[in-house]
Amino acid sequence: MNTIVCMKRVPDSATRVRVTPDGAGLDPAGVKYVVNPYDEFALEDAIRRKEEAGEGKVTVVALGPPETAESIRQALAMGADEGILLVCAGSHDALSVARALADEIRGREVDLVLFGKQAIDDDNMQVPQMVAEFLGLPCATVVVGLEISGRDATARREVEGGHEVVEFSLPAVVSTQKGLNEPRYPSLKGIMAAKRKPLEEREVTLDVPTMEFLRLDEPPAPAAGRIVGEGVDAVPELVRALRDEAGVL
Amino acid sequence: MSGALAYAEIREGTVSRASREAVGLARRIAADAGGETHVVALGPPGTEEAAAQLAGFGADRTWVGESETLALSQPDIAAAAIARLVEAGDYDAVIFAATAQGRDIAPRVGARLGRSVASEVIECRREDGAIVVRRPMYAGKAIATLRFTPGPAVMTIRANVFAPVEESTAGQMSSLDLEGLEGRVRTTALEQGDRDRLDVSEATTIVSGGRGMQGPEHWPLLEGLVEALGDEAALGASRAVVDAGWRPHGEQVGQTGKTVSPNLYFAVGISGAIQHLAGMRTAKVIVAINRDADAPIFGVADYGLVGDVFEVLPALTEAVREARQGS
Repeated sequence: MNTIVCMKRVPDSATRVRVTPDGAGLDPAGVKYVVNPYDEFALEDAIRRKEEAGEGKVTVVALGPPETAESIRQALAMGADEGILLVCAGSHDALSVARALADEIRGREVDLVLFGKQAIDDDNMQVPQMVAEFLGLPCATVVVGLEISGRDATARREVEGGHEVVEFSLPAVVSTQKGLNEPRYPSLKGIMAAKRKPLEEREVTLDVPTMEFLRLDEPPAPAAGRIVGEGVDAVPELVRALRDEAGVL
Repeated sequence: MSGALAYAEIREGTVSRASREAVGLARRIAADAGGETHVVALGPPGTEEAAAQLAGFGADRTWVGESETLALSQPDIAAAAIARLVEAGDYDAVIFAATAQGRDIAPRVGARLGRSVASEVIECRREDGAIVVRRPMYAGKAIATLRFTPGPAVMTIRANVFAPVEESTAGQMSSLDLEGLEGRVRTTALEQGDRDRLDVSEATTIVSGGRGMQGPEHWPLLEGLVEALGDEAALGASRAVVDAGWRPHGEQVGQTGKTVSPNLYFAVGISGAIQHLAGMRTAKVIVAINRDADAPIFGVADYGLVGDVFEVLPALTEAVREARQGS
């Protein structure tokens, strides 16, 4: 089975986000970048399927600035076979990104295209569905269980208060959620092997989006709250404040 | 006469609260341009009856699509039917609630229409005719402002941010054409856990527990408070307790869990890691209960109580119950 895992390089979730003074975007100073955590579930799934089947190929496709190559190397160290980096400045617009990824994937022999359910920088949760639409493929999102038998697939996806069972045929697009598996750490052997695996870099130009990015702002600092007191004795004052001041009880 | 279109989810014969919010925003956008508010409602035969409720929430016209398979969410059929309606109509905006369904379907509609989609919108206005939205990025650590180019503005809206409208209309009903539509994916079952309890993303009040709860065996204390707070309350959890296996991932609030905006948020025994704060800082009122007076959570809390959660929770639960009964 041939799998493509689409991956993104994002600021670590412990990052303290600072916006540049002109509001153009994130101030990159001091930001630590990692493989998008949800994409690790996709990678792990692809690698396990290949290991279990004893055949197949895992290709990592990422779109972003040149430094994204480091993140692809990490994926190769985990066990992916080859990487493709679509070099561009990146975009917050999912539609333009999805179109570029679909153009890259179209025409390749692929059984499964995997994504993380969302990138933790833009939080769009859109690219997998859009890529599937552009390729005319089935798409199951926010998947925590995936069984494949021949060309038939059954996925369990997380919904409010439960799960949906979704059936489809391969090739298909699936976006993965925490709970699907436990991603591995790259082994030393894997890290050494990754250095010799193919990583192709190609420039791409993204479409002009139908939604202009005007600016980014830091949210207003929370209004200073107050400590109502200590221990059980403060409970009546807390309840009074919630009922009478805040009007939320 | 450009209008706006909203997608309504009907559960057990009732239009969900999140969908009423989507219809409410569609009504405001349509009213700006003197246009009509249209709503799409899909479901099994008999859905029309429940869809008639939408006339009480501002829907001028409801497009109802009924078939047996639509007893469950079928995202491809929904996306195709909505895209077809939008292409044939004149809509400035297509609005979904940011629910599991809305998040799944909206990007499919966007791709079909060749339109960008704004996710989890928290503000929406018109500027010189263009639709301008604001939405959180980096789990709310930053807010982006975006302007749609002319054409339908496709978006999902965050729950509990936009108020539903209660405006009765003539409430025209039309049948939505589902002819020839088939899903590439087929939803075959919905396995719901305990639906007596709301999902954390739907609740207007959330009680979240962290490491300070010291173990999963102490969760009944939090469940007691949730129960005292009423039907609109739900349990949440910090990443630490989900990673420790004390609570299911579905309850996790934070950057790698759910981002929520309830009216009232209790952080109990949660220190307040950046990634947790990102997921709940837009709650309207935040209460922190923690033994450590220096915990970062107190920096974002409207009301803080320093104390032992095991002593405070039973007293608080009792006091909340009394206060609510008295009101």
